[in-house]
Amino acid sequence: MSEITPDVVQRLEDKAVDIRKKIIDLTVVAGGGHIGGALSMTDVVVALYYHVLRYDARNPRWPERDRFILSKGHGALCVCPVLADVGFYPEERMANFNGLDSPFGMHPDMNKIPGIEMSTGSLGHGLSIAVGAAIAGRLDQANWRVYCLLGDGELDEGMVWEAAMSAAHFKLGNLVAIVDRNGLSLDGPTEEIMGLEPLADKWRAFGWNVMEIDGHNMREIVEAFAALPPVTSPRPTCVIAKTVKGKGVSFMEGKAEWHYGGLDDERAAEVCAELERARPVRR
Amino acid sequence: MPKGFTFNVFDVDRFATREMYGKVLAQIGQTNRDIVVLTADLMRSNKTGDFAKVCPERFFNFGIAEQNMMAAAAGLAVNGKLPYVSTYAAFASLRCAEQVRTDIAYPKLPVRIVSSHAGLSMGNGGTTHHATEDIAITRSMANMTVIVPADANECAKAVIESITYPGPIYMRLGRGAEPIVYKADYEFKIGKAVTVREGRDVTVIACGIAVMAAIKAARKLEAEGISVRIIDMHTIKPLDTEAILKAARETGAIITVEEHNIIGGLGGAVAETLADAGLGIRFLRLGIPDIYSTIGQPDDLYQRYGLDQDGVFRAIKSVLQKG
Repeated sequence: MSEITPDVVQRLEDKAVDIRKKIIDLTVVAGGGHIGGALSMTDVVVALYYHVLRYDARNPRWPERDRFILSKGHGALCVCPVLADVGFYPEERMANFNGLDSPFGMHPDMNKIPGIEMSTGSLGHGLSIAVGAAIAGRLDQANWRVYCLLGDGELDEGMVWEAAMSAAHFKLGNLVAIVDRNGLSLDGPTEEIMGLEPLADKWRAFGWNVMEIDGHNMREIVEAFAALPPVTSPRPTCVIAKTVKGKGVSFMEGKAEWHYGGLDDERAAEVCAELERARPVRR
Repeated sequence: MPKGFTFNVFDVDRFATREMYGKVLAQIGQTNRDIVVLTADLMRSNKTGDFAKVCPERFFNFGIAEQNMMAAAAGLAVNGKLPYVSTYAAFASLRCAEQVRTDIAYPKLPVRIVSSHAGLSMGNGGTTHHATEDIAITRSMANMTVIVPADANECAKAVIESITYPGPIYMRLGRGAEPIVYKADYEFKIGKAVTVREGRDVTVIACGIAVMAAIKAARKLEAEGISVRIIDMHTIKPLDTEAILKAARETGAIITVEEHNIIGGLGGAVAETLADAGLGIRFLRLGIPDIYSTIGQPDDLYQRYGLDQDGVFRAIKSVLQKG
């Protein structure tokens, strides 16, 4: 991780605009997608792939890499264009995104997409897989970390809490869970569908180190990851990133109905223009 | 048995399959540093505790949380470890069926799920603890290999071959006190059935504890001049269809015997094979007749559902009468 200068932050903010536009483009290609959640997680994913994670795009299985596990597998719409952009595969490979025999479904397949650590999509599994990966890291006395991005809705799954309990029990300080706390699952507000609060207290009670951040404030995001305890620490860390579903697109923001949706070319162009207007001023 | 292996065919006489599993794990774990063992608060029951004693740093007790354990095994496997995951068969196949399918079978990870107390072997533990669907469930998962050892000796051979066998494996073991089928050494290969006994008039294809029941029934029928072929179908998937079709053509009658629902298990697999080949021979599936098995001691249950030597004996007679 490099030093967090204003330039670094602005470069990441700039990149986040690019990725949001790619998300919109891919939604058009696919004829629909999980736009809302892809846009809420974008800033965190950009911070990870362009600043925090260690990896080698030309050698996806480089043993020393940090592991990123996308527990909210429907966030593939955000992660796949990032992986292309950082060089895991050419962008053209996504031309048939979600189409017949495409390597890219709505949920990512580790055996079809370079850089995808684990096939995910069934919610609630990712943190348990991350626990296994973190144990492997411990056994190898490795200094890489495991980062696992979860949706807030999937915290309804009991298995997540089994994983949370075991991560603390096995002293997996090399594990970082990030909750994309956009407050909405498919059917509506999480607190109406199945209340999660007090969420930070829950993670603390399970033995985790907890950080609560604004998941759209790039400086806060990168500072949180810079402040992680050492890999050898006995406590896993949970970063609760407060986000907005559909972030960056005025008519989608905070709307559960944009959990999944489609855009025609004209609407997509308008959306991209709106995203472009929010681009930080270039030096 | 590989070189340096210290349990011989004499020793296995004294072990139940799950005891053998624990001992073999403890041995192979000391030479293969990639092996990790996971269990869900059952180390004393499924004997993975033997491994824990010699390789404590690679043993992980996940508590009573099978779903988390199964997915964590996937996370270990994807990072170069060779996980052996053990819990009761009812939980390994039902409680975490989706974790097995989505996290292990779909990505084709080398996780070895070795379940114990399969079939009716939990006896008076009751129906919640009987596992009579696990073969059907795991067999319908693409990429999965499904193994049912007949005794402790075969269990040892299967575990040893599993070290290098590609992809995920589901192996089901009983509770204990299984009679020993293989007193002498023999050739074992995953996916290749063992013809335990040659015969001309009828073939019994069995797996697990039913193999011994079939052998005893065959001995009794020999006195009546009936020649029974017995096939130990220790691998349900990939299925040795060649052995099945050969038996069908040469003996003209097949009976399957298993500690499982007659739907979807060994009997189902053999029936599919015969139907696909257009072989309309005399055929009977012995197993649990699509009901929830009752409570009782295992031996009483085997008798109830015709899975003991008398049951197999009667089944053979009834099939031959049809001829």
